[in-house]
Amino acid sequence: MLQAWIPFEWIVAIRFLREGRLQTLFIISGVAIGVGVIVFMSAMLSGLQSNFIRRVLSAQAHVQLLPPQEVARPQRLTEPGEIEGAIIQPPLQRLKGIDQWQAVASQIRSMPEVVVTSPVAGGSALAVRGAANRAISIAGIEPEQYFRIVDISDKLVRGSTRLSATDILIGTELANDLGVDVGDKLRISTANGAASTLTISGIFDLGSKGANQRNTFVALHTAQSLLGIPGAVTSLEVTVNDVYAAEAIAQRITAATGVEADSWIKTSAQFFAAVSAQTTANTAIRFFVGLSVAFGIASVLVVVVVQKSREIGILRAMGISQGQILRIFLLQGGLLGFGGSIVGCGIGAVALLLWQRYARNADGTPLFPLVFDPVLFTAALLLATLTGLVAAFAPALRAARLDPVVAIRG
Amino acid sequence: MPDDVVQLRAVHKAFNVGTAFETEVLHGIDLTLHRGEFCAVMGPSGSGKSTLLNIVGLLDRPTSGKLQVCGEETTELGDRALTRLRGHSIGFVFQYHYLITAFTALENVMIPMLGAAGFPNSAMRARAAELIDSVGLSAWKNNLAGNMSGGQQQRVAVARALAMNPALLLADEPTGNLDTKSADAVFDLLRRFNRENGTTVLFVTHNGALASRCDKTIQVVDGLIIS
Repeated sequence: MLQAWIPFEWIVAIRFLREGRLQTLFIISGVAIGVGVIVFMSAMLSGLQSNFIRRVLSAQAHVQLLPPQEVARPQRLTEPGEIEGAIIQPPLQRLKGIDQWQAVASQIRSMPEVVVTSPVAGGSALAVRGAANRAISIAGIEPEQYFRIVDISDKLVRGSTRLSATDILIGTELANDLGVDVGDKLRISTANGAASTLTISGIFDLGSKGANQRNTFVALHTAQSLLGIPGAVTSLEVTVNDVYAAEAIAQRITAATGVEADSWIKTSAQFFAAVSAQTTANTAIRFFVGLSVAFGIASVLVVVVVQKSREIGILRAMGISQGQILRIFLLQGGLLGFGGSIVGCGIGAVALLLWQRYARNADGTPLFPLVFDPVLFTAALLLATLTGLVAAFAPALRAARLDPVVAIRG
Repeated sequence: MPDDVVQLRAVHKAFNVGTAFETEVLHGIDLTLHRGEFCAVMGPSGSGKSTLLNIVGLLDRPTSGKLQVCGEETTELGDRALTRLRGHSIGFVFQYHYLITAFTALENVMIPMLGAAGFPNSAMRARAAELIDSVGLSAWKNNLAGNMSGGQQQRVAVARALAMNPALLLADEPTGNLDTKSADAVFDLLRRFNRENGTTVLFVTHNGALASRCDKTIQVVDGLIIS
């Protein structure tokens, strides 16, 4: 029943849609399928991407601050315009620390976009066990900070993550190669002649054979004394709150501290390019699905305007303004978009649930975790409604501009 | 309310102006309708009766000449002002009912009031019910307009035309599609409202018997009023 408190345009729009039941049903189904595809695809892709990124970034920092490279500084002066034919040999890159790293670290920690900052003293060493030895890279860390960047406890196969001055964490491959296990001793020696016997406190699996062969973790002070850089660190590992803004943050860090900072985006450029390409492809698909939804709504409304032209004429004769007619048809577009997107969000959610239930690894675990992001559903609702409104504009304008005499005469 | 509800002075109407197909349909019409007058318009098909009605109803504009409706000079008014004047002062009944079939009879009568806005819910409903009752359709008021007979639909159309209590009612062959009994009923309705409310009625018809029951009859032939 009509109510004076419901705006007139809403009443007529809803009645017109209700009257053309079958048309309304078809176009709502069309919109719903489009929105469902967008919701399902977007959630799946973002789940896939965050899974990729989580896997990649769970073993590395988002930003890494490194000491400056040694550069050759020839002492000879050349006149302007003079070209010298000398060959300048690149200098050796000695192991050296970041200047004033504690001041730099506290400066970075004060940045709001930075989550964790952890110092690392890293270098090459030799792990010796009896007659066997392997080249390794040692990373001296402060466990409470570093494990917030790379969560070794999550990758631990045996033992614990305890790292006292005489402890070492090694990978599964190295443990196999040297025939050692948790509690065994391992002699670590470095090129500068320093050596220390450390106890294996834990064995981890980083998911890569190479990493499991080479990577080891020791306490920061242990590494500093082994590498001959007492008190120094060779890198500052940083995680940030927005992984996609890592490069911009790295540049800000460099600008603020003067220390060279590399982001994962730069160091894993190919991976990032693949992720970006996927995002672009997804956006393109969403755009074209949205476009087909818009054309679907527009074409239905064009038909409705033709079907209802006499009624529009009579409404105009009864004093209904052009603006009101325009709004009646805009509302129909918006309502079709909104209704379709509600059903579409439902379809998308059901598809995601089915995917999560049936698409599984051999061990029964989900292929990758899917996130039911309320923002995605809200955005789909708003965008589909907006698309409906925009799509309805041309038919609505046509309806509003109908000459009542011509419309009534038919 | 001025005594002259409609005043046309030398109104011309041409279609396709400025093209090779320019056709003048009305050739200088002068007409005055007083308040409460019930005027029949007769004439052969294509003589310009409907065009005259559309111009008086502000649905169409004259090519030249002056038109006053309810004391307001309309030739210079914009679309918004014309729409407002039409909504508040003029009611239409056409040969075909043109009810909104998605609405019930009662709701169709409420539409002009809803469109104009400002009517309290209860007042709007009471006014629509009163009009439906006065056209003898109380029992059918909640029927969808599409599910009623032709005579009933036309009576609802009359009730709708009177919803805003207009000063002027324009009826373009409202009985043309009805059987004699229904045609008489619709005519009686219009006549009753004309007498009770002082509504001025311009009634286009081909039916001489009905025309003879009006206050005056004008004959339109070839775009001119000849009597």
